[in-house]
Amino acid sequence: MKSLRVKKSKTNNFTFPKCLTGMQGLDEITTGGIPKNRPTLLLGNTGCGKTIMAMEFLVKGIELYDEPAVFMAFEETTEELLLNVKSINYNMEALLANKKIYIEHIHVNPDEFRKTGLYDLEGLFVRLDQAIKKVKAKRLVLDSLDTLFYGLDYRVLRSEFKRLLTWLKEKKVTAIITSEIGDTFLTRNGLEEYVADCVIALDNRVTNQITTRRLRIIKYRGSFHGNNEYPFTIDENGISVYPIISQAFEQESSSKRILSGVSELDEMLDKKGFYAGSSILISGTAGTGKTSLAASFAYSVCQAKKTCLFCAFEEAPNQIIRNMQSIGFHLDPMVESEMLTFYYSRPTLQNLELHFLAIKKIINDINPTVVILDPITNLMTEGPNSDIRSMLTRFADYLKTQNITVMFTAAITVGSIERNPSDEGISSMVDTWIMVQDIEVDAERTRSLCVMKSRGMVHSNEVRGFKISSKGISLFPIIIGKSSTSSLSKRSAKEHLNLSTSKDSNKMKETSR
Amino acid sequence: MKNKFVAMINKISKKKKIKANPECAGEEKYILRLFITGILPNSARAVKNINSICDQYLNGRYELEIIDIYQQPSLAVQEEIIAVPVLIKKFPLPEERMIGDLSNTEEVLKGLCLV
Repeated sequence: MKSLRVKKSKTNNFTFPKCLTGMQGLDEITTGGIPKNRPTLLLGNTGCGKTIMAMEFLVKGIELYDEPAVFMAFEETTEELLLNVKSINYNMEALLANKKIYIEHIHVNPDEFRKTGLYDLEGLFVRLDQAIKKVKAKRLVLDSLDTLFYGLDYRVLRSEFKRLLTWLKEKKVTAIITSEIGDTFLTRNGLEEYVADCVIALDNRVTNQITTRRLRIIKYRGSFHGNNEYPFTIDENGISVYPIISQAFEQESSSKRILSGVSELDEMLDKKGFYAGSSILISGTAGTGKTSLAASFAYSVCQAKKTCLFCAFEEAPNQIIRNMQSIGFHLDPMVESEMLTFYYSRPTLQNLELHFLAIKKIINDINPTVVILDPITNLMTEGPNSDIRSMLTRFADYLKTQNITVMFTAAITVGSIERNPSDEGISSMVDTWIMVQDIEVDAERTRSLCVMKSRGMVHSNEVRGFKISSKGISLFPIIIGKSSTSSLSKRSAKEHLNLSTSKDSNKMKETSR
Repeated sequence: MKNKFVAMINKISKKKKIKANPECAGEEKYILRLFITGILPNSARAVKNINSICDQYLNGRYELEIIDIYQQPSLAVQEEIIAVPVLIKKFPLPEERMIGDLSNTEEVLKGLCLV
């Protein structure tokens, strides 16, 4: 695990003592974890994952930092709790058997007793004390506050809650207290959020019929923290939060190169091909050969005995294999030898984060050199636009830290690229951008390929025609009109091409009526 | 006329002394447990109150155990004590819990099923 550098300001070297949560992504957002030996409030409405996050905080504490823990449950019984987290690989039985975690259920029902005068909750403190002593706990969860304080007088509630926080600080345990989100205040009674040092809110929202879980740090006394909402997922390994990793900026850039699979294309890229660990976008209208280019890239990678992950969001893998076979690329043996792995999923099946999560998992398992996503435009309709851009940025950052070369293909509609709404600014994000288009040259339709940009290298600005035949993909120079290719600047060539394509589109519209 | 008279008597008795209902009391012995926290004010009051209530209404038909949760924490855990002080009527059934310093005598008697 990489050690985290906490950013210190120049004048003040104080860093608040923090407790690493051990949860993927959360430690980055909180710049080091939640406040040590102090209580953190975890808010959210039903079903947003508070109990699981609280449990994972304890489990990770035991697994990674050897800090025993206590889980005080007021809402669910111990059996119910264990059943709820059974689907996640926390290995609860072993932890319970080794006395690393102690789960206690306290039954609180205000209808079961009469109030005969003044009282306080000292009994609770005695129980907590007993529980902490049992396993020498350093981490504690109280789930949930509302159940505990339900039915209490407001005055008792207020004083006892303050007493609880002070008591927890004295016991030197880092605690997470879960609570529901109220209507007007953050919490039902409106006081807890003022007293706690750190408040984290969870959310489970439905947008465009897809639910996304989100996390936000509302306040964190004495520390810098990420202010935004971050998506997170829960799967069989637990919780993963997705911050934009700033470590990507600290990543060393490699100067190694990787071949594209089409030798003439490599020549256009400073004769050496793409940079290893960079991101490549191939955009083009339908049927221009993006998948073929991507597949030939995969082919050359596997031939060089490197692993490749091909994520197909439109065509089924078998179809791709069959199509590639017709142009001379035999992908079957590579799939069999497990050099090439296909991931196929319908974009509408799950939300963006879950897609990326599934891909991340496969990446962790097979450690590919190259990841191809064909096409990403299908994913983009499945979520609000701003989310897509940030999710893609996160994904690209993640791949950069793993030094994996990634290739995206994107389908664009006929017309100028700048006007295309589904572009989402991805072309500015990637390192290399290749555009393929259908053009009409001298009354003949042909495909053109152009390297629009390629960071960090001298690349050709020629618009080349490319041909896909049974012998594979090959590029050839185009002669546009009567002038020779060498005297045309890239700009006017592009304009000329755009004119041809828009002429085409007008022609198509006329004929289709 | 008679109704008015009865109502007036009841009103007076509510202020001074609450009449125990003989139907509810029965002949059984009362087993009571009072959980307290040392000599803190609420606990001190509870002890005083329970002693006076027992003397007044139970006529020696009771067994009272006063437990300090600091000295016997395991017992507190066993009985699931959260709020203190708390009086638990173990017998006669059903088991009743009364939290607080027992200053509201009417509630205590309701809980003890003497009203």
